[in-house]
Amino acid sequence: MKVYELGNMDDFELLSISKDTDITGVFCCDLLSIAMGKAPAGSAWVTVMANVNTLAVASLTDVACIILAEDVTFDNSLIEKAKEEGIAVFKTKKPIFDAALLINNSL
Amino acid sequence: MAEVMELNYTVSNEDFTRAGEASSDVKKKLKQLGVSPEAIRKVAIALYEGEINMIIHAYGGQIKVTISEEMITLVLADRGPGIADIEKAMQAGYSTAPDKVRSLGFGAGMGLPNMKKNSDTMDIKTELGVGTTVTMTINL
Repeated sequence: MKVYELGNMDDFELLSISKDTDITGVFCCDLLSIAMGKAPAGSAWVTVMANVNTLAVASLTDVACIILAEDVTFDNSLIEKAKEEGIAVFKTKKPIFDAALLINNSL
Repeated sequence: MAEVMELNYTVSNEDFTRAGEASSDVKKKLKQLGVSPEAIRKVAIALYEGEINMIIHAYGGQIKVTISEEMITLVLADRGPGIADIEKAMQAGYSTAPDKVRSLGFGAGMGLPNMKKNSDTMDIKTELGVGTTVTMTINL
């Protein structure tokens, strides 16, 4: 499944820029220390941790996109930063598990 | 890759918004040099954890990255309080980070273990009240 295809699903709203990258798996974690060491490159990373360090971890681990669950969102400055750095960010009202399951079922 | 290349960065105190700037820059440069994605990921993780540690515990510090044909060497030097018990600090899950840091998603006690896991050698020199220097190498 490609990152841009997430934007076509009802439950996911694109906040930054879309991409043609493949999503190769799903990773769930809110502790950035753990995400930094474990998030697989190419995965859709589902989290409720929405600060500037979330973007740094996403960029350094090469995840395919960030999914902000539980209706959590980035403020405008973070959305702009995500666009600048070419990081795809989506938000969803779904809880982390449900969001991850939805993506996983579509892979 | 031809010559040895050296990059220097200053990590500022308590500035979480700028955490990762050095790691991102090094990552970009390594990509341009054609270093393998596996090695780049190791360097990025080890360096980012180091940056975060310097911000949380050590009022910032200096980073020196040396890139040769065989390996990448990361030297992170600070004038922070030093590490009282290295053995404990190396245990996954052990952390002395304050609550403020935990609310940002850090302080899980994974920093030094992640750095060790992602480097081929790691050496810590620390003295209480003087500072800490962590040297890591990643083979290419």
